[in-house]
Amino acid sequence: MTILLSIFIGLGLFFLVGFAGRTALHAAAPAHHKPMFRDMPLTASFGLAVIAIYVVVAILAPVIAPFGEGQVLGAAYQPWAAPHYLGTDKLGRDMLTRLIYGARNTVGIAFATTALAFVLGSVLGIWAALVGGRLDQWMSRFVDALMAIPALIFSLLLLTIFGTSVLTLILVIAAVDATRVYRLARSVAQGIVVMDYIEAARLRGEGMWRLIRREILPNAMAPLVAEFGLRFCFVFLSISALSFLGLGIKPPTADWGSMVRENATLITFGDITPLLPAGAIALLTVAVNFVVDWQLHRASGLKE
Amino acid sequence: MEKPVLLTIKGMQIEGRSGDAWHPIIKGVDLTLHKGEVLGLIGESGAGKSTLGLAAMGFARDGCRISGGTIDFDGIDLRTAPEAARRGLRGKRIAYVAQSAAASFNPAHKLIDQYCEGPVVHGVMSREKAEADAVELYRRMRLPNPEEIGFRYPHQVSGGQLQRAMTAMAMACRPDLIIFDEPTTALDVTTQIEVLAAIRDIVRQFGTAAIYITHDLAVVAQMADRIKVLLRGDEVEEADTRSMLAAPREDYTKSLWAVRSFARTEQPPATGTPVVSVRNVTAAYGTVDVLKNVSFDIHARRTVAVVGESGSGKSTTARVITGLLSPRKGEVLFNGKPLPPSFKARSREELRQCQMIYQMADTALNPKLRLRELIGRPAEMYLGLKGKALETRIRDLLALIELEPDKYIDRLPGELSGGQKQRIGIARALAAEPQLIICDEVTSALDQIVQEGILKLLDRLQGELNLAYMFITHDLATVKSIADEVVVMQHGAVVERGPKAELFADPKEDYTNLLLSSVPEMDPDWLNRLLAERGELA
Amino acid sequence: MAPAGSACRGLSANAAQRPQGKNNGKRGDGMNDIWRMIGQRLLLGVLTLFIISVVIFGATELLPGDLARELLGQSATEETLAALREQLGLNDPAPLRYWNWLTGVLQGDFGVSMATQKPISELVGTRLGNTLFLALYAAALSVPLSLLLGVLAALWRNSIFDRASNALALTAISFPEFFVAYILVLWLAQTGIFPSMVRITSATTTGDLLYSAFLPALTLTLVVTAHMMRMTRAAIINLLASPYIEMARLKGMSPMRVVLRHAVPNALAPIINVVALNLAYLITGVVVVEVVFVYPGLGQLMIDAVTNRDIAVVQAIALIFAAAYVLLNLLADVLSTITNPRLMHRK
Repeated sequence: MTILLSIFIGLGLFFLVGFAGRTALHAAAPAHHKPMFRDMPLTASFGLAVIAIYVVVAILAPVIAPFGEGQVLGAAYQPWAAPHYLGTDKLGRDMLTRLIYGARNTVGIAFATTALAFVLGSVLGIWAALVGGRLDQWMSRFVDALMAIPALIFSLLLLTIFGTSVLTLILVIAAVDATRVYRLARSVAQGIVVMDYIEAARLRGEGMWRLIRREILPNAMAPLVAEFGLRFCFVFLSISALSFLGLGIKPPTADWGSMVRENATLITFGDITPLLPAGAIALLTVAVNFVVDWQLHRASGLKE
Repeated sequence: MEKPVLLTIKGMQIEGRSGDAWHPIIKGVDLTLHKGEVLGLIGESGAGKSTLGLAAMGFARDGCRISGGTIDFDGIDLRTAPEAARRGLRGKRIAYVAQSAAASFNPAHKLIDQYCEGPVVHGVMSREKAEADAVELYRRMRLPNPEEIGFRYPHQVSGGQLQRAMTAMAMACRPDLIIFDEPTTALDVTTQIEVLAAIRDIVRQFGTAAIYITHDLAVVAQMADRIKVLLRGDEVEEADTRSMLAAPREDYTKSLWAVRSFARTEQPPATGTPVVSVRNVTAAYGTVDVLKNVSFDIHARRTVAVVGESGSGKSTTARVITGLLSPRKGEVLFNGKPLPPSFKARSREELRQCQMIYQMADTALNPKLRLRELIGRPAEMYLGLKGKALETRIRDLLALIELEPDKYIDRLPGELSGGQKQRIGIARALAAEPQLIICDEVTSALDQIVQEGILKLLDRLQGELNLAYMFITHDLATVKSIADEVVVMQHGAVVERGPKAELFADPKEDYTNLLLSSVPEMDPDWLNRLLAERGELA
Repeated sequence: MAPAGSACRGLSANAAQRPQGKNNGKRGDGMNDIWRMIGQRLLLGVLTLFIISVVIFGATELLPGDLARELLGQSATEETLAALREQLGLNDPAPLRYWNWLTGVLQGDFGVSMATQKPISELVGTRLGNTLFLALYAAALSVPLSLLLGVLAALWRNSIFDRASNALALTAISFPEFFVAYILVLWLAQTGIFPSMVRITSATTTGDLLYSAFLPALTLTLVVTAHMMRMTRAAIINLLASPYIEMARLKGMSPMRVVLRHAVPNALAPIINVVALNLAYLITGVVVVEVVFVYPGLGQLMIDAVTNRDIAVVQAIALIFAAAYVLLNLLADVLSTITNPRLMHRK
């Protein structure tokens, strides 16, 4: 019964947020972008709306949250009742407050990591494709070999060696992820480098930097942006998994992955509280994936 | 005596989807086909020929829909018949031959398996009988080793042979009607002849009706009893082949004929130092020589056409001149001075002097840059123009290629038509103020009328700006209209070269002769005559 | 955690096409070429494994100080540091240590765990079997299921079934494994249908194991199926735009026959790569799932070792996982080579 009910409520919320998001976007968009939003699938508008909510919550966390991030307020594992609407965790901290701060910490760290991986991977990838020859061969061979070590396993290895702190976490995940970005950026750039307009620019005597900046990057943006979304999901899930395993973001920093870990025992008693941070992770990832899927679909549709 | 009617299409309307909206592709065309008759459908790209041809099978491609009209095939209404009934007709009573046989054969199965699939699934004959039948049809299509060729995979068979195997496959169930969708467009001219002859013979032998779709008038003249001309989804006119060739009624039809009559004024033989001189060039990709001892000169105000079939080394020659490929032996002289083999070693001035125009304007122009930057960049780089002077120069160049500067200067390439894009390619080359322009198949992706405009523009610019052209093409009609001298290439070597008039009037080499005689002519009797001539020789 | 869909698709397609270009224009006996190509792949696989072993071993060299100080912290005395250095063999030059380690590994000797002082091969032994069992269990469930769903979604593309399964798959991909796992625990273990913890003793029969490991296997299945299904669908739909598919339709073939006989044989190479990629991914997914269900596998062991900074154990397990990954990819490469008629039947 509860399963059916939760599915029902979930679907209802999905349509509500989706429709509201689409209407809002359509109203707010400049005239020439209006058709894009009118035709967007419900999944995409739902995704955009959810992402917007997360961003607002992350930015305004100290304003919205009823209590302090690490504040111990009373007994552990209190049930859902005012003033602790979602109860308290195993140290007696307010669950809702920590969920809200988690948006800031977990999402912020994942975003910074993705951005770092992206800059590193795409610059190296495009450069390798443009220069070609032996340098490209060796770099790509090496990256191939690194990619043959599963990402999570490689991260675990590096974390063992360098120890676990937020900074090493960001650097390690970014380094591991940059190999994936490198592969994509290189293959996108290779598709562009063989175009006649690149040949024309080379024959004109253009320098490397201008080739990358004016000829390649503008044409590589669309797939790279979509990839950024996918990479973000991947990084976000990686960090959450590591935190869940007790190797990522450390207490007392509020973080969704470690919140699941800390309170997991409740599940065996049928209490769904530990699923809330897990659900928060899942919801954001779903939202980003929906938007990326829509963009990829649009890009492939425009090509035909 | 009129034969019975096989197919009647009335008021056909077909729409295609772009984004959310449906726009018309075929706007109410009628078509009648009698048993055993061959109807030629001609028109330029976007005229809706293929769409109409497929509609004759009751089929619309993904993203298209038949929105009005009736299709009656031998008493069956193809629009109202259930899908299963239509499927039962396709491949059995109506068959299709696609443009690119190489892409239309499934790479995972042997030719004979694909041949037998139709007859066996439609229940026409057993697998054993179908195999025996395939060998017989392969023989009739004059395929080499008819007993054995079916047991090969598509990638093991050449393009011309695949096209014949596909025609044989279409014949498998002895259909009443075959749709030929540009079956020889992707082939070289010398290969095209054999395929045309084989298709025509087999259609006549079995008395099959056919709709022959092509953009090539000379080809359709050989194949069709009647011709229907389409323009942007509408019928222009229809008449039997001989009367249409002799006396086209509509202006549009006349204009299709007219393209072939453009010819530039004859130039006297050139003297003095050539602008570019290719000397005994041998070049290789890896270890395989793709150019063998190639030599020729190009003078100012002259156009040298380099002709040959695919793989003859035409484009490789251009790559050697531009410095993208360094020759293994030989050299390229520019105004008498040797050029460094690689473009990387050439000075900016040397790079400026030699510009290139590409076949596919779509890939030759960066889709994310506006015309201002596309055209302005060479002028800025090579001539140091800035600000006001640069702006004026860009506007002058746009005017020179007959595009209105105010309207076009801030557009993206995607907002232009194919012909306009090619003009931008020309403007970009002119912006460098070069002495030599290499034109690599610049007209082959364009419709005939647009081609004519580009050729005339190039001709005018040559006179005004004192340019030398190297014109790479496989299209001999273009050569006839624009070239002063012709270089014929085959397998990476120059077979013959000389002034155009001489070479066309009296080719010295067998290959040149074969190449020239293989170009279809408007005369409906041309193919018969040619085959008779060649038969006598053999 | 999940491999990114589109990136993987691109990679697998590349992998499938690479050999064609390389051998264009060469003539010769087809089978010989195939064997040579497989030989090349094997060599490349060995080379990759070698580089991986260097990376896994050499990563410790990236530390600013030495490993002993890093492990014991600033407060350690010189004696304890010296003792640990002696035990880890840190006094030897790095290449010599690598050589000793590698020759040991090749003979099945991974060294000694610092935390437990037991030989690592002993710790790893039975757990490797358990992990393999779980991965195979999940693979046996997910591969047939996802191929079926993928083909059906491609066949009925743009239908309600396709859209719903696509949205569901996207959702499943987006869920962290521990979320899926705990939901299953909440729904299926709470009601007592399946156990939420897995105990394996010498008395456990295969039947018991299949039953008690059902939830972890189901968790992995759900996550991996979504990926495989989407990628299978994409691989087939990619082909449905080909002229030869239109030809098959114009020959009057039924949609089912078009997909099964004309699209699927050509989609084999990408599908094989998709399957390999996801099976390799099971290896990583296993880590989190094992922790949730307290499953005595390699993943659990690795997490314990990471927490204790038991570097030798972590290196050993990382090498095992990486080797499994390389072998799977190698197998996929070989399989997609021999299913490609262009490579099997030369001109």
